[in-house]
Amino acid sequence: MRFEDLSPIQLDALKEIGNIGAGNAATALSTLLNKRIDMTVPKIDILPFNEVVEIMGGAESLVAGGYLEVKGEAPMSILFVIPEKSVSLFMKILLGKEMKSIEDFDEMSESVIKEVTNILAGSYLNSLGMFTNLVFEATVPALAYDMSGAIIGNVLQLYGEVSDYSFVIESVFLEEEVEVKGHFFLLPGPDSLYKILERLGVS
Amino acid sequence: MTQHKVGIAEAAVCDKNDTIITIGLGSCIGVCLYDSTKKIAGMVHIMLPDSTNSRNNTNRFKFADTGVPDLITNMEKIGASKLRMVAKIAGGAQMFSSSNTSDIMKIGERNIEAVKQQLKNSGIKLIAEDTGDNFGRTIELFAEDGSLTVKSIKFGKKVI
Repeated sequence: MRFEDLSPIQLDALKEIGNIGAGNAATALSTLLNKRIDMTVPKIDILPFNEVVEIMGGAESLVAGGYLEVKGEAPMSILFVIPEKSVSLFMKILLGKEMKSIEDFDEMSESVIKEVTNILAGSYLNSLGMFTNLVFEATVPALAYDMSGAIIGNVLQLYGEVSDYSFVIESVFLEEEVEVKGHFFLLPGPDSLYKILERLGVS
Repeated sequence: MTQHKVGIAEAAVCDKNDTIITIGLGSCIGVCLYDSTKKIAGMVHIMLPDSTNSRNNTNRFKFADTGVPDLITNMEKIGASKLRMVAKIAGGAQMFSSSNTSDIMKIGERNIEAVKQQLKNSGIKLIAEDTGDNFGRTIELFAEDGSLTVKSIKFGKKVI
């Protein structure tokens, strides 16, 4: 089962879970930060690898990427990518810290992005688990801050043995006037997609 | 002068004053071949070491074992000779730090090994490399003299 073979109904089912997951994630972030964070999912898409890199602003643009693997009955990989500009805003909102250069991205910044990746992945997996009755277990996130092409390429490599497409959830975080954008990539293992759709009753 | 762009799992060949660029190499490898007599250059953006382990191997430029021979053939088609070709490679980094995740950590290393093996099999000498470590690279190959520029966010630009 490959992404490019999905029917509109199957896509809608996956998108709906994405929306519910975003709601959960916003609540979790708000609790963590003790301030109100809203989150929307303006776009959920299935894209070929080269376009995935393009939506990040080109392969050379500086981004932060949090990566984790999900074990269990339906294994998958998850990558959360935030462009440089949004990383700065994130640091401002979450740590009250100004980012002036790449050196300002320190261990604390890494932890923050890792934690956000954790929360987002957890929220998404929770809603996926609720609908499918499957159990998902996520590893601790790994982090990189570098060219988007290099980071995304590294993750897609694992998946490249299976498909040339990725499931992409665009996420926008809102705190009062400030808007932070990130992209959430979900890469199910070879049989995981089928298993999930089967449980959702749309296989 | 034209700049040919090579994306993930793509390849290009050119000659004279043209250049070939690939942007944002992580654990992938940019394999650059050059015939200095004919001033013919070729580059392939390899993503994985081995096509025989893959369920999805229709794109031959994705893999070291099929991408390197195909690049050689494409260069020969426009007049290059394999006997004169030399190679420069870049990439094969490990982008993610500190993690207990499995294969993603070693894929750069496996790619470097597979590419070197392919070059050896084809009898092409590797004359320069900028591989490994933990940073992304943008590389540009110049058909005029076979020079390769390697650019990174952390260390700026150098020529190999």
